[in-house]
Amino acid sequence: MSKLRIPVGPRDHIIGKPTATKTLVEYGDYQCSHCGEAYPMIKKLLKEFSNELLFVFRNFPLQESHPEAMIAAEAAEAAGLQNKFWEMHDMIYEHQDELTKNNLKYFAENLDLNIAKFENDWDSSDVTAKIESDFESGIRSGVNGTPTFFINDQRLDTYDVTYESLADAVRKAE
Amino acid sequence: MILQKGTSAPDFELNSTPDQKLKLSDLRGKNVILAFYPADWSPVCSDQMALYNETLKIFHQYNAEVLGISVDSKWCHLAFAKHRNIHFPLLADFEPKGKISKEYGAYNEKEGTSLRALFIIDENGTIAWSYLSPEGMNPGADCLLDELERMNKEKK
Repeated sequence: MSKLRIPVGPRDHIIGKPTATKTLVEYGDYQCSHCGEAYPMIKKLLKEFSNELLFVFRNFPLQESHPEAMIAAEAAEAAGLQNKFWEMHDMIYEHQDELTKNNLKYFAENLDLNIAKFENDWDSSDVTAKIESDFESGIRSGVNGTPTFFINDQRLDTYDVTYESLADAVRKAE
Repeated sequence: MILQKGTSAPDFELNSTPDQKLKLSDLRGKNVILAFYPADWSPVCSDQMALYNETLKIFHQYNAEVLGISVDSKWCHLAFAKHRNIHFPLLADFEPKGKISKEYGAYNEKEGTSLRALFIIDENGTIAWSYLSPEGMNPGADCLLDELERMNKEKK
């Protein structure tokens, strides 16, 4: 069974209460429709298991299949540098079919980001390197496609595109 | 049974594009990941090849090149590679059908396709690692990187 090779740490985007005892990590691609389908399920999951679940998102852009996946990931990371990663993440998944460069900038304006800083970070090699290191950690952990989930560091092979399969995995996690 | 570690990798020359041939022994001095797969366009193969495509940059850090190989024709490979933006050679084990797959023990007689089998051939042309994937399973890239890393450490 594949395991998460790089433990969740300070470089990660984490949502949930610090006292939570279970961790769900998603390797996702912003242009992947299956990730788009999982997005509302994660929201629901975080509500249902609000006291026990942490959620972590790591980038796994399949750039050759999804030409906008990388610029979208860079936009979310750049927003993260202004503490608005999750706001941008949500905005992107809610407008998955409209991920042009112009629209991503428009999202940033909507989130009241400092646009000069955002554009600078969006193009920066640090942001690209962060995404590439997420990608590599995924490859090393046995991520074969998106979305791939890890619950408490174990790859979840029972996810069948239903909310129940995710909720079940969270319930059973020790 | 697929060829095992320590065996000298059988050489071959196959079409990598409609007008180009690739000879395995021309890649001496590099690690070669030889990925036999059942068919262009099928869902698992497409995911597997797409994954290796995205991992090329990391493979290159280990002095490794990827070669995909199936019994599909050179024209089929060309269309598939174009459609999926695949940046590594797809070899046509087409005529005589499956000859190379058979030499590596990676041929499915019943289906008439290659099996999903992975080989890492080292810089001297010897098989350093091989793996036969269960049917319908994408073996991923982690197993390849683990092995390349081990080979790197051994060299040092």
